[in-house]
Formats: sequence, C-alpha cells, structure tokens
Amino acid sequence: MEALLSVLIGVMTASAVYLLLRARIFPVLLGLSLLGYAVNIFLFASGRLQLASAPLVEHGLAQLPDPLPQALVLTAIVIGFAMTAFLVVLALRALHELGDDQLDGGDKP
Amino acid sequence: MLVLLVCVPFAGALLVSCMASRLRLQPAWLAGLTVVLGLSLLLTQGLAVYNGELLIERREWIAAIGLSLAFRLDGLGLLFAQLILGIGLLVVIYARYYLSAAEGGPRFYAYLLLFMGAMLGLVLSENLLQMLLFWELTSLTSFLLIGFRQRDAAARQGARLALAVTGAGGFALLAAVILMGQVVGSYELSVVLESGQTIENHRLYPVILVLFLLGVATKSAQFPFHFWLPHAMAAPTPVSAYLHSATMVKAGIFLLGRFFPVLAGTELWFYSVSGMGLATLLLGAYFALFQHDIKGLLAYSTISHLGLITLLFGLGTPLGEIAAIFHILNHAVFKASLFMAAGIIDHETGSRDMRRINGLFKYMPYTALLAMVAAAAMAGVPLLNGFLSKEMFFSETLGLRWLSEAEWHWLFPWAATLAGVFAVAYSLRFIHDVFFNGEPRDLPRTPHEPPRWMKVPVEVLVVLCVAVGTLPDITVRPLLEVAAAAVLQQPLPDFSLSIWHGFTTPFIMSLVALGGGAALYAGRQWVFAAHDRVPLSLSGKVLAERLIALLFELGRRLDAALDNRSLRRYSFALVVSALAVGVVGLWGQPLAGSAAPAPPGPGALIGGLLLGAGALATALMHRNRLVAVLMLGLVGLMTSLLFARFSAPDLALTQLLVEIATVILILLAMYFLPQVRPAESSLALRSRDAALGVLAGSGVAALCYAMLTRPADSISSFYLAESKPAGGGTNVVNVILVDFRGLDTLGEISVLAIAAIGILAMITGLVLRGPRRDWLGRPWASDRHPLILVTVSKLLLPIALLVSAFLFLRGHNEPGGGFIAGLVTGVALILQYIAEGSRVTRTRLPWDHLGLIGAGVLIALLTGLGSWLFGYPFLTSTYSYVSLPVIGEFELASAMLFDLGVYLAVVGTVLLILAGIGRLSLQEDAA
Repeated sequence: MEALLSVLIGVMTASAVYLLLRARIFPVLLGLSLLGYAVNIFLFASGRLQLASAPLVEHGLAQLPDPLPQALVLTAIVIGFAMTAFLVVLALRALHELGDDQLDGGDKP
Repeated sequence: MLVLLVCVPFAGALLVSCMASRLRLQPAWLAGLTVVLGLSLLLTQGLAVYNGELLIERREWIAAIGLSLAFRLDGLGLLFAQLILGIGLLVVIYARYYLSAAEGGPRFYAYLLLFMGAMLGLVLSENLLQMLLFWELTSLTSFLLIGFRQRDAAARQGARLALAVTGAGGFALLAAVILMGQVVGSYELSVVLESGQTIENHRLYPVILVLFLLGVATKSAQFPFHFWLPHAMAAPTPVSAYLHSATMVKAGIFLLGRFFPVLAGTELWFYSVSGMGLATLLLGAYFALFQHDIKGLLAYSTISHLGLITLLFGLGTPLGEIAAIFHILNHAVFKASLFMAAGIIDHETGSRDMRRINGLFKYMPYTALLAMVAAAAMAGVPLLNGFLSKEMFFSETLGLRWLSEAEWHWLFPWAATLAGVFAVAYSLRFIHDVFFNGEPRDLPRTPHEPPRWMKVPVEVLVVLCVAVGTLPDITVRPLLEVAAAAVLQQPLPDFSLSIWHGFTTPFIMSLVALGGGAALYAGRQWVFAAHDRVPLSLSGKVLAERLIALLFELGRRLDAALDNRSLRRYSFALVVSALAVGVVGLWGQPLAGSAAPAPPGPGALIGGLLLGAGALATALMHRNRLVAVLMLGLVGLMTSLLFARFSAPDLALTQLLVEIATVILILLAMYFLPQVRPAESSLALRSRDAALGVLAGSGVAALCYAMLTRPADSISSFYLAESKPAGGGTNVVNVILVDFRGLDTLGEISVLAIAAIGILAMITGLVLRGPRRDWLGRPWASDRHPLILVTVSKLLLPIALLVSAFLFLRGHNEPGGGFIAGLVTGVALILQYIAEGSRVTRTRLPWDHLGLIGAGVLIALLTGLGSWLFGYPFLTSTYSYVSLPVIGEFELASAMLFDLGVYLAVVGTVLLILAGIGRLSLQEDAA
C-alpha cells in the first residue's frame, strides 16, 4: 500500500513538473493544480495510512487516524483553490495587458 | 516616568502632524510647549541624578532575544537630554521666524519633534537593542529633515548621501552591539558596562571595536566618512543648528562616551580612535578656512571639533574624557549660536557667500556682536567657554601614556596647536569677512536687524558661552561631574576648571594658536593661492556617488543576466535546485525504514491505476484542453476517494467540492485563453522536461516511501484525548480547526480574503474577448440558459442549502463544519449563476460578495476577541449544552460562531472568484 501510494505521488509530481515547464498559461495552471494534489496527499500521508476509520472520538472506533495532518490539509485544499483562482485571474490580466499567453520570455517589456 | 519623557516628543509630533497644513503659528507653539513639557519632566527627574542616583526603568518586551523596553537616566544621558531639549526649544523658537511662510507648516515641526524623540530615546536607552532602534530612527528622521526642501535637488542629494552613509554605519553598529551582547550574555547596558574586562580580553574585541567605530565615525562625520556633513547643509538652517552642531552628529560621540568603560583603555582603542580624531581635526580645520559658504565653513569647523572630541576620547585618560565631555557641551552651545547667526545673515541678506556679504556690522551691529562672541568662543579666546575645554585638550595631548616611549610623541601637541591655528584663522575669517572687509556686493536684499525674537535663542546661547567661560565652577561643574562620572564608571580624578593656570605649556599653545591664526589670516592671499594650486579632485561625495552608481550597474547586469522574462526558465531552475537540495541532503539514507509495508488490496490497485492514469493523461494530452481538464477532474475525484478510503471523511468532502469549483474555474479561464494550439516545443526540450519530471517524481516517491516506512511519532494523542473534554466536540479535525489551532484558521481565512481582494482588483476593468465560435465553427452557446438546467438548479438549491446547514451544524461532532458547508453553499449558488446568468442571480442575492468575506473574517476575529472580555487568552472557546424540545439536547459552543465566520468567508470567496470571472463575458457583451 505504501509503495503504491508513493508511486502515485511520484507520477502526479512528474506529470505536474512536466506541465509546469510548458510555455503557455493553460498547461501551467493544470500543472499547479496537479502539484497541489500531490503535495496534499503527501502531507496527508505523513499521518500514516489508516484504513476504515475516522478521526472521531466517542464513536466506538478502535484505531483513530492522525487528525493533525487532516486539519492542515483541509485548509490547504481550500487555500489551494483560492491560489489557483488568483493565478487564473493573474493570467487573464496578463493576457489582457500583453495580448499574449506565452511564458517563455520574449522581448515584450 | 522616563518612558513618558521619551514619548512626549513623539506624541507632540503626532498632534502637530494632525494640524491643518496652512497653520503657521500654532504648530510652532504646540511644538514649543511639547519641548517645555519634556524639559520640565527631565529636570524634575534630573535632580535625583545630581544626588548620585541612577534611574532605570525596565519592562519586558521580547525576552527571548534579550530585548526589553528599558530606559536609564544617568549623568551622560542627562547632559545629552538637556542639550537635546534645551537647544531643541531654542531651535523651535528660531525656526518660527526663520522659515518662510511656505515652509513653516506643521510638517517641519512634526519632523523636528520626531527627531527629538529619537535622540532622547537613544541617549536614555538602557537596552542596547532598543538603543539601536532609536539610532536608526535618528538616521531616518534626519533624512526627512535634511531633505525638507523636497523640490531642491541639492537637499535631496544631501539627504540621500547622509542616509546612505549613516545607514551603512548603523548596520556595522548593529553587528558590533550583537557581538557585544553575545560576548557578555546580556543586552542591558548596566551589565555590559561592568563587563569591560570580558570584552577586551575576548578574541572578537578587535572586530567589535572596528564595527563599533564604523558606526561612530559615519554618524559623527569622522574622517574618512566626514563628507556627508557639508552636503547636509542643504537643510534649512534651524535643522543645521540642531542636528549638525548640537545633537545628531554628537550621537556617535555619545556612543564613544557610553562605551568608554567597555572598549577604551587598550592600545588598539588609542591608535584607532585618537588617530581618526586627529585626522578629522586637522582635515576639518584646514578645509574650513577655504569655504566661501558660511554654512560650509561652520560644517567643516564642526567636523574638526568632532575630531577633537574623538581624539580626546581616544586618549583613554580620565582627564581627557572629562575634557571631551566639556567640549561636547561647549561646542554645542557656540556652534548652534553660530549656525543661527548664519541663518539670520542668510535670511536678511539672501546670500551665504562670504565673498559677497561684507561689512554687515554697519547694518546689524547687534547680531554681529553676538556672532563675534560665539566665533571667538570657537577660536578659543580666553574668558569664553571654548577656551577652557581647548586648554584642557592642549594639556592632555602633552602627557600621553602610549607614546611616552615613542620618538614621535611630539606629534599630538604640535598637531593640536596647528589645528588651533587654523581654528583661529577660520574664526577670524568668519568675523572679518562677514562683518567688516568693505561693503556688501550686489546682495538680493538690503540687510537689517532680524525680528526681536529671532535673536533671543542666539542671545541665550551667547550668554551661556560667556557664563561658562567666566564662572565655570558655578555654571557647569555639577553637570560635568555627574556626566563624567557616568562615563568613567569610577570616581573622578581631581580637575580644575579655573581660567588662569599660570604660564603653563597649554597656555603657551593657546597663545601660539591665537598668534599663528591671526598671522595665517593676515597672509590669506598667499594661503588661498597655495590652496588653489593643490589639486584636490578626490571628494568623498563623488566617490560615494560612484560607488552607488556602480552598485546599480552591477544590479542591472545581474538582473539582465538572470531575468530573461521566461517563467519556464525560472521554474526549471526552481525544480532543479529543489531536486539538488533533496538529493544532497538525503543521499545515502536507506530507502525503507523499519515499519512493514502492507500489501495493497484490489480496490486500491484499481483506484491507484485510475489516479496515475489521470495524472499522466493530463500531462500528455494538455494540448487537447477539454480532455485535459476532464483528466484533472478525474485525478481530483480519485484523490477525494483516496481520502475517504484512508479515514479522512472531512478531507474527502472538501476535496470533492473544491474539485467541482476548480473545474468550473478552469473551464471559465479556458473560454478566454487563446484557442490556437500552441507552438510545439522541440522534441529535445520536451524530453528534457520529461526527464526532469521523472527525476522529480522519483525523488518525491522515494521520499514518501521512506517516510511511510518509518514509525510515526505524532503529537496527535493530545488532540485525540483533549478534543472532547477541552474542545467539546468529537470530530477532532473540526475541533483542531476551530479551537486548538483557531489562530491558524483565522490566518487562513484571512489569506482567502486577501486572495479574493487581489482577484477583485485584477478583474476590475478587465475586458477580454472570448471566441465567438467554437473550434468547429459553430456559434458559441446559442441557448444561454437551458431550460432543464434552470429547472433542475431551482429544485436543487433548497436541498443543497439544507445539506449545507446540516453539515455546518453537525460539524463539531461529525464530518462537516464551516469549510465544507461553505463550499456546498458556494457551489450551489454558482450553479444558479451558471443556470440563470449573472444578472438575474445577483439581483436575488441581497449581499455583496466582498462584504460576505469581510463579515466572515470579522465574526471569527470578534469571537476570538470575545474571550478577552471574560479574561481568557485570545480565541479560547467555551461551550455548554442546550436542550430544545423536539430537537433534543445539542451543544452550543463559541467555536460554532467562529465556524460561522469561516463559513461566510468561504462562501464569499467562492462566489467572488467564480461569479467574478464569469461576469467577464458579460462585459464583453455590453461592450
């Protein structure tokens, strides 16, 4: 299970890095979102994997998972959305100001 | 009370700055009264100091780094505080008449009071870090004062130069003080003052001393950092009289006195400090003679006198130190009056050029008399205060303990006499050129005596010159004794302040200086001609400006080399660096830890396959945008399932909802982004990026595997145990969010709010052109509001809101809570926007999105503050159980109110973002 999860996070990171290095806004946006998922799962996994339970006390659950990474990741997911949105709007604004969506330099000031 | 004293000028500055800028008389009065208040506070507390007490007030501030809010009033502090406030009062009166109607508004007095507060804080600080704070503040406020005439290029340059030089010195001083604090183990002055032996025997002593002297030399205009002071003369003359004679330039000297017991007494101290002082003394005196601007002459003379004081401190003898303190006082008094006299002359004639203003004695005999007395004090004429300290200086240069063996022990007395000769010569020039020497030459105005009250400050200072010069034992001895004792930190040696010591060597040196100076001035034609032949192209100002230009040029080149405006390149560098750091840091560690990994079940395998395939497909098919977004959605959904599978129901819900919002967001963005298929990167480039991706992915995978196979050591048992008893909820994740780590959550919703405001700012005025037709050439969206979607969404809304309320209410005990409920509401309302359009939906929603976010953050904040009302720390939550008919017993926690704030902020953010971007297409329609 641990090996599978590690490989998955690795695949997601690899795809995300590839997308981040593209020259247009759209794939970079996809890459950032994907990287966000990978990072969130990684942080979540730092609490170790616990099957078929929930961080609820007094519910008759035998083995409780680590609630702290869950709390951290929960806010990270929401903030990640806000940040993605920020980048989207930044990209749209840049498109408006520069008339171009490419990110590979160039001679525009 | 000392805190109060330091606060008075700052409070005054605040009040003055609130006054209307057209007022002239009132700000001056308020400033004057502020200074009088400060002065009376100081004098009442100063009585204790005369009785030999040392006042220290200390409050804890940041104990972890040794910073406390601590003030001390000892003799040295008292002397400086009296100078700062006393001359400050005279300067305020003087400025009231000096400044023109256009300049004399509250801004000037506010700056002046700010500076005064900074100086007071500096001289009264007990904690060294706090002292540095005030030190920097004096640099900043003096920048404002020197550059007061903002439209004058010379003033701006002078202010910049002064700030650059003193700021750099302040940096060195910071390092010196931190080193001292580390060596001693405390930043309290009382402790440091007793640790002189520790510091002087420490191997870092030379480093500390050099850094310390850099701070001192830049602030007190010592060679080779003296060059900023003449350029600071672009300041209004009251500022020059205050900062550049009495106070700020003495700040470095003050430090020499303050740390005298700690740093002085070594050979290194003697050579560096007295050498620096000697060079400054001679250089300043020499150049002062050749200035044509009155203020230029006074500026170089000030440099020279500061050098004299530094030299005296450098000697390291108790008597030298007493003479230094005496001369600080004397110089402040006569130089401030001279600056004011120069200001009067400038004010009444419209010029400061000594080649043009001649013969003013006829026009303003009274002012001339005052200025002549002050200039005589500067020259060291007997019966005036300058004579006394100068004679002490001469006598101290004679018996030097470090040089008694050396062959060049004659250097100091001869150099001192030579500097005395020049001082007499430039003082004579000041008197003779300005007040005699023929008639004025084409002056802008006909000179006459200034207004009555403009002369009063000069009179006061000149009277002081005479009083100290004739009756030193009565007027100045008590203050001098407490100040000198505070510097020495040991009993004072016997010293005499009498006017007549007989025909001693120092007296003969004084006579030589007076005679030589007169002779030098008499032969000035030859001297000036000789000076003109000396090529002195090397000016400190030019060097400093070249240095700054060079730094800019280097920065520009570095920027050009690094910044090619390619995000790709930056991302590449970022990933490579992260990879390198990880590899270097973790290389050689075993991959697997001790914990045994569990084998994956069939469900996990299928899910994993989908997740991995989705991620790969997103990357591979990113040019087919719609497919790529769908694939990304697949990854998000599988992530949500993963959370659900591994015991994180809250995360699963959040992820699911955010996924919906993200897909909507990206689809909206896609509409505006260019539809053309981007130019392909070359195969080599794509291979390179893919290789880097694989490397990064492998690194992360290895890291993750290494982490997962090592035993977890978590602090979570505390949260699990305390969730119910302390937080009153059984959903530990929610209790952590709204209770244990409530402050973090408050920060997080603030981040949401900030992101939302940023987005709002960027979409305001944004006009984008979406495509009219899709890629197959069909018109875009013929039916904007499909009937089925409208109907279904109308049905869905109340259900969604009900679910949202349910999730919110149960959040403390079951999966749910403010974040999740907020997302549900937000997504449900966005569906309305999509189905019915922005205009219709907006009219139905009575609130503003930004207001919603603001209300949310405010509610959360107020809930936190509310606990203060009951005497608990910020964000302490409380709860009790309420019993209602039908519903039964349920819990009411203050944390729920906090969660409500979270809920509102999340709803507002989601709506603002999605509806905001969605509305962009409407503007296009309207346009």
